[in-house]
Amino acid sequence: MISEAVIERIRKTADRYPERRAALIPALTILQDELGHLSLDTVRSVAEELNVPAPEAFGAASFYSLFRWKPSGRHVIHVCHNLSCSLLGAETLLDHLGKKLGVPEGQATADGRFSFERIECIGRCDGAPSMLVGKDSYDNLTPGKIDEILQQYT
Amino acid sequence: MEQMLLNRVGKAKSAEIDAALKLGAYAALEPAFRMRPADVVHEVKQSGLRGRGGAGFPTGLKWEFCATVPGSEKYLLCNADEGEPGTFKDRFILEHDPHLLIEGMIISAYAIGATQGYIYIRAEYPAQRDILEKAVAQAYMRGYLGSNILGKGVNFDLAVHTGAGAYICGEETALIESLEGKRGQPRMRPPFPAIEGAWRKPTVVNNVETLAAVPFVITLTAEGFQKIGEESSPGPKLFAVSGAVNKPGGYELPMGTTLRELIFDHCGGISGGRRLKAVIPGGASTPMLTADHLDVKLDFKSLVAAGSMLGSGAVIVMDDSTCMVSAAAVLIRFFKHESCGKCTPCREGTGWLYQVYRRMLNGQGRDGDADLLLRICDSIQGKCFCPLGEGAIQPVLSSIRYFRADYEKCAGGGCGEKVCRPMVH
Repeated sequence: MISEAVIERIRKTADRYPERRAALIPALTILQDELGHLSLDTVRSVAEELNVPAPEAFGAASFYSLFRWKPSGRHVIHVCHNLSCSLLGAETLLDHLGKKLGVPEGQATADGRFSFERIECIGRCDGAPSMLVGKDSYDNLTPGKIDEILQQYT
Repeated sequence: MEQMLLNRVGKAKSAEIDAALKLGAYAALEPAFRMRPADVVHEVKQSGLRGRGGAGFPTGLKWEFCATVPGSEKYLLCNADEGEPGTFKDRFILEHDPHLLIEGMIISAYAIGATQGYIYIRAEYPAQRDILEKAVAQAYMRGYLGSNILGKGVNFDLAVHTGAGAYICGEETALIESLEGKRGQPRMRPPFPAIEGAWRKPTVVNNVETLAAVPFVITLTAEGFQKIGEESSPGPKLFAVSGAVNKPGGYELPMGTTLRELIFDHCGGISGGRRLKAVIPGGASTPMLTADHLDVKLDFKSLVAAGSMLGSGAVIVMDDSTCMVSAAAVLIRFFKHESCGKCTPCREGTGWLYQVYRRMLNGQGRDGDADLLLRICDSIQGKCFCPLGEGAIQPVLSSIRYFRADYEKCAGGGCGEKVCRPMVH
């Protein structure tokens, strides 16, 4: 299930640390980027590769809020709902996305293109309200601006 | 004031090593390497530089603790897990001047005797992580990282490590746990990381802005550095201003600039022609202040005297249309989400606080809710394993202290204006 190329990347990452276990979170990130979400099986394979007891690896993985455990859209939209963004309309944007995409938070659209989630402060408060689409960030959002932005993603 | 930390920000290709070198990057290495490591530690101690992550611990002292532990395996960690709500100051350095950070890390590593460093960056900064990784690779190519740096026999390896979404990892012992591949839960202190940190070895954890200030301590000398800002907290400081101001953004100002100067002179005043209601001066975990505090100086000492903290320098401004119950609720939702679960007062207490806020915002507020919230805060205050719980209650305590009237409006069906409803999920 995990390709040799990905295993190689994980091994190279592990070489950066005095103990291989330190590569656990980066390795899970690599896998999530590759597969879209994590599962018990993927965590188990990584644990084996890095010589970490599987329950401990799962315990660590489940701690971090940006790991996903169910299928997401090809493009994951993270809308910040912390204070600066809330003051400037984050909830309106979340309502808009729910209506526009026709799915609840965290669920992929039928065509698999998008899913959207709330996120805590993404450090773009000077451009509030803001969001991330994958690695791309967008600031000073309005529902209209979101419509335009999402057109760029196929 | 002359821009130091943000000097190269906004200049063409400033994150690229060629452009950065032309603009003076890595110039502090030669003079630093001419000093003995212990003298670099001494210089930083003398400069009065204090940590810019929130706690304000004297940087030179932290270095000295680590430098004086015998042994050759030591680590330098850069805390780039900028997660305190309202904070985005380090983003400017990571995005536009990663070489300033790397330069500061090389000097710091030389001073404390570390040959390996990691930059722990939050996953919410994916673009910044890419910029940083590229900058590290460029620094290796030009011989600023790796072995025998500048031919002076200094060795320092540096790698970028990305988190996966956890505010608590900004706490230094939780950051170390996370780096080691574990749940990001804080460790008992002592031993402090400087004595026993990453992989049980002596470790210094410094904030991005702290490390970025280090080259200036070398080039200006401690004496020159001290001339900037306030005597008790010298140096330049980054302020990240957001919320109800006309010009939100990152500002580099001397320590001791007043809140009034920051909001009205630099940020163009309150947006929409409204009036200032409340301001959080140092990130979500620092107590709110009001329009009565505008003449407070933004430095470690003055903000404590005013009943708050400098924290990370993240200033969130709220105008008179803001319901403070709703604002506090947003922050409590955050702390509840981010409580690591290790200790009961924080894990359960933040959940109870959030339940009360949710009920209030659902139009089911009761007389005495403010006092109920204060009682829950009392069960948290001074009883938590790490500073998260203590920080979590600050928005509650300060909003009740200054804006109890907003809480009273929630009792008996709410204020009817629905201004708060859209702010909480």
